[in-house]
This record gives sequence, structure tokens and C-alpha cells, in this order.
Amino acid sequence: MSMTKQGSSTGGSSVLEPVPPEGTKSGQGSASIVKILVGLVGMVVTGLVMFNVFLSFGIFPEVYLDSKILIGLVAILVGVGGAGVLFFFLNMVVEGLPRAAAERIYPYAYLLPGFGLIGLMLLYPAVQTIIYSFADQDSESWVGFDNYTTIFGRSDFRESIINNLLWLALVPAVTVAFGVVVAVLADKLGKRGESLSKSIIFLPMAISFVGASAIWGLVYDYSATGQQTGLLNAVWSTLGGNPVFWLREDTFRLNSLLLMVILVWLQTGFAMILLSSAIKGVPDDTLEAARIDGATEWQIFWRVVIPQIKGTIITVFITVLILVLKVFDIVYVLTNGQNRTEVIANLFFKELFANSNAGYASAIVVVLLLAVTPVLVYQVRHFRAEEANR
Amino acid sequence: MTYQAVAQAPEGGKTAMPDPMGRGGPPKENRRSIVSIIGIGLLCILWTLPTIGLLVTSFRDRTAASQSGWWSVLLDPVGAGWTLTNYRRVLESDIGTGFINSVVVAVPATVIPIMFAAFAAYAFTFMEFRGKDVLFILIVAVMVIPIQVAFQPMLNLLGPRGLDITQQYFAVWLLHTGFGMPLAIYTLRNYMSTLPKTIIESAKIDGATHYQTFWKLIVPMSVPALAAFSILQFLWVWNDLLIAKLFLGSSENATVIVELQGLIGTAGLGRELLTAGAFISMLLPMVVFFSLQRYFVRGLTAGAVKG
Repeated sequence: MSMTKQGSSTGGSSVLEPVPPEGTKSGQGSASIVKILVGLVGMVVTGLVMFNVFLSFGIFPEVYLDSKILIGLVAILVGVGGAGVLFFFLNMVVEGLPRAAAERIYPYAYLLPGFGLIGLMLLYPAVQTIIYSFADQDSESWVGFDNYTTIFGRSDFRESIINNLLWLALVPAVTVAFGVVVAVLADKLGKRGESLSKSIIFLPMAISFVGASAIWGLVYDYSATGQQTGLLNAVWSTLGGNPVFWLREDTFRLNSLLLMVILVWLQTGFAMILLSSAIKGVPDDTLEAARIDGATEWQIFWRVVIPQIKGTIITVFITVLILVLKVFDIVYVLTNGQNRTEVIANLFFKELFANSNAGYASAIVVVLLLAVTPVLVYQVRHFRAEEANR
Repeated sequence: MTYQAVAQAPEGGKTAMPDPMGRGGPPKENRRSIVSIIGIGLLCILWTLPTIGLLVTSFRDRTAASQSGWWSVLLDPVGAGWTLTNYRRVLESDIGTGFINSVVVAVPATVIPIMFAAFAAYAFTFMEFRGKDVLFILIVAVMVIPIQVAFQPMLNLLGPRGLDITQQYFAVWLLHTGFGMPLAIYTLRNYMSTLPKTIIESAKIDGATHYQTFWKLIVPMSVPALAAFSILQFLWVWNDLLIAKLFLGSSENATVIVELQGLIGTAGLGRELLTAGAFISMLLPMVVFFSLQRYFVRGLTAGAVKG
């Protein structure tokens, strides 16, 4: 912003701002102060109204005729409308400031709600959690590194580290592989076949981890007495085996592998969608050139297609990797870490929820945080490189 | 968040990129091969069988379901013990209330973050200010942070020791809004940066304020990105177990997923309810998913195609 521009804006601002022309005569200041005051009061009132309405759902449900649906509707209206009104008043405050200042403050006002929440929900807690990890179970006195020495000394924690590593080694790679296979095969089908098969593979994306656990729990089902109604046992019996309690079978960590199958089943659709568009984006002339050179389809796939979709493969891989690091629901619901299936996130949940031990729980999360740090660094670097290429 | 690494570049799926679901576009040459038909057929069967098993079982009565596997209905469709009782009982149970709770949790937790994120994305795209790059890199970094870091401090802040609003919808909206924010800002900003700058410039010359430009120009133009993110966020909130379990618990406000998880725990007792309950919990996400699949797919593909 140059000086001349700022100077001229004092006179010219009335053109841009919805202030009546006579307002400029009596001095821009007074009109602005009204705006600032109305804006500030408006923000406070809106905030208070929203907060109290939200509290009233719990305290005076009879006002809402004890109807959940009514509460829900009012909540949506007040929540969404309130957020809009709040921003309206915030905007008003900024508009009321002198023009030069307003121009400078606008961006921060627009960032404020989003960053305020990120600060409150992610940054502040991250720091607080690191602090808690050096304090006792009620976060009342310092214990130094005791929490860390304790958890690393515990066999269930070491068990969970091994399992998480196993999940990390298998699930992202297998998911990407399945994604590539489906994408390549579907590309060779007719139009309707491609659309249908992709929808089928993609569908589990809409299913929750808990729902998926229910679905696969049925597949892995074992009954001690009588008829086996689990699909896996039925197949196994047909092949001549005796019924097995699959989720308790920890030889070669079979039960962990079976839990991983669920995540692969859920995520392959996601991988397939991204990889499919990448494969379709491979320029035809590169394929033609390879064909003219006499390359087989197999060679073309490995030497021409794969190098060109490498970026997407990495993206998918990392996305699934982050997901796997935090894997929780499936293990919690189906085995709760029994029979050597423990994972870090489930152990964390046990300490937090069942044992209410803030010290151990926080120390476990800090380990998780350290584990994602390399990915974080990679993401930031990757982003900067991409921005530089723009 | 589940898909943070995805959103990478700004294409937003509105370029000449082929539709990832294989519809539209120029007619493809005939390359059908027997191998791919068989291969994909097998995979599709493998992918659907588990869900079909659940669906079939949910319509069978308790004794029938425990005496024969669900596949037996193929051989004996009449004596399969068909019934709707499971669904009736589930709807009368806590799962029914849970379904309503989930709607009440998910809709505001989807809409509010989008609004806030859109403001921030607008600032990142169309305004110049000090610290812009650093703040955006912060967004990229925060997307990777596991939300577990937030739980202990947030339980202290929102729980009985603090504001005492756990067990209430408000707490969960707040959390989902905060956790969804980084990805929302990121995707929306990437999309907005593909919009033509000249339109914004001419709006400025016509005397429009940022506020007017945002609502009248940018929001309508960003509908595809807004829709794509809404679907992602809705599925995420609806399907979430951790936050709902910790901050709503098994109170009367418990979500359908938490109720369902409770059923899986009670082995034997509610098995026939479990199947019907699981299917009910999947119903709304599937409807959203199928009706808006195109947007969803485009949201996922946004930019990653760049490779």
C-alpha cells in the first residue's frame, strides 16, 4: 500500500464503503465508531445467545417439549445462523476501522474463526499433552520421564509398537497394490462395467469402522457349539479344516492380519479412485511410443505407467499410512487388544478412558506424535516444492 | 482426519481430466479382455459378500440365523426364517434415538467448519498479508497431527472440571469443527486459487466490499469444492467413534455408532439386533454417498491426479 493511496482513500472511501455521502462531511470517524460499537456489541450478544441456547438443551429440555428433533432443528439453526451472524458483526467492526488499518486487519479477521479453533483444538492441546506426559496420573505433580520409562517397560506397549509396525508395513502397500489392480482391470472393461465395478469397490468408503467391524465380525464368527455361521469357518471347513476362533488365533499374528484385511477392504476404493484418474491421465503417445518400440503390455505397465503415476502412489500411500498409525476402532471393537492384537491408539484409549491415567495416556500420544513427525516434515516439504512449481 | 494427504493441487477435478468413475468422456476403444472381466468380477464378489452376509442375516430371525449360515438362504429361500422383527426392535431401542442424535451431531458439525474455513480460504487466496506463507504451512503441518493429542486437555476443558458441557451436542460440534478445519481450509483454498482473479478485481472496482465479494461471488463459484468437502466431513462425523464415545459417552445423546459399538460388545445377547443396527447406521451415509458420489469422487481426486 503506497502512501498516496492511503492519503486518497480518506476522501475516496465513501465510494467503496456503504456509508451515506453526508457521513463523510461530519467526519468518517463518528460513523466508524458506531460501526465498531455495534459490531462489538453484536458479537458479544450473538456469542452469549448461542452459548446459552446450547446450554439450555441440556438444562431445560422441557422448553423444547423434550423433543430431540426440535432440539436438533434449533441447534442447526442457531449454530449455523449464529456462526454467520457472528462473522457479520466481526466484518462490521473491521469495516468501521480507518481504511488503511481495515485493509491490513481484514485478512486476520477472516482467518480468526478458523485459526482460533485450530489453536484451541489442536495447538494448545498438543502442547498441554506434552506437558501432561511429564506429570502424574491426575496431572498434579511432576514425575520427569517416569511415564515414558514405565510405558516402554510394559509388555503391552512394546506389543502395540510391534503391531503398529506390522500394520504400517502391510496395509498401505497392500491397499495401493489392490487399488492399482482394480484401476487397471476396470479400465479395460466396457463403460458400464467399469462404472459398476468401481462403485462396488468404492462403496465401503461410506461405511464406518464400527460398521465394517460388525460386517467382518460376522465373517470371522466362531461358535463353540453347533453350526458355524461365519463365512470364513464355512470355507475353512469345506477345505477340510476344523472350525477356528479366528480372532483369538495369534499364531503368526493371524488375528492381526485378519483385522488388517478390514482396513484394506475399506480403503481400496479410495486408492483405486485416485490411481485410476492418474492412470487415465498418462498420455497415450508415451504408451504408443513404447508399443512401437516393441514393449509388451507388462513392460509398458512397469516402465511407462508406474513411473508416471508415482506421485499419486506416494500420496495414497501416505494418506493410508497416517490412517494406519492411528488405527483404533477396528481393534477396539473386535478384540480390544486381546491375544496380541494391541495397537498404540487402543492402548491410549484404555489409559485415557478406562484407567483415567492422564500421565500414561499423554506419554503414549507423544510417542504417536513423534511417529508422525517424519510424515509431517515430508508433507510440508512436498507442499513447498509444489507451490514453488506453480 | 482421514484424508489429509489427499488434497494436493488446485485442479479441483474441473479440468479436462477424465471422470474417475468412468462415465462421460469420449467413447473408449474396445479393449475388453476376458482376464480383466474375470479378475474384476472376482474382486467385486469378494468386496460385496461380507456386506451381503450382514444384510441377509439382518432379515432372519434369531434361531434361523444361529442354525445356518446366511448363504443357506440360496438353497432354501423359503425356510430361511425371514422376519422384519430385528428392524422393528432396533428402531424401538436406543439405536433409533442414536440415529436422530447422529443427525443432530453431524449436520452442524458439517456446515459450521465449512463456513469458517471458507472465510480463511478466501483470505489465503485473495488477500495479501504478512505471515501468509507461514500460516498456510502451519495448516499443512496440523493436518497430520493425530487428533488424539487433543483428548486429555479437551476433556479437562469441556468436562466436569471445566465448562462441564460434555454429554452435550455442543461439545462435539466444537471438536469436529476444530478437527475438520485444517483440511477444510486446505482444500477450499486450493480450489479457490483456480478461480479467475480478474472477476475478483472487477468486483473490487465496482465497489464491492470483501464481505460482498465473498458471499455473492466466491461462495457460489466454490460450490463443487464446498460440496466435496461437506460429504467428506459428513461421513467422517457420522462414522466417528472416538470423539462421540469420549465426549457424548453413552448418555441419552449417544450417536448411532456408539450404540452399535455397545451392541458388538454384548456378545450373544443382541446378535440379531447387531446386524439390523449396523445396517441402519450405514443407511444414511450410503444415501449421501450414492446421491453425491460424483462430487465426492471429484473432491478426493482434486489435484492428486497431478502425480
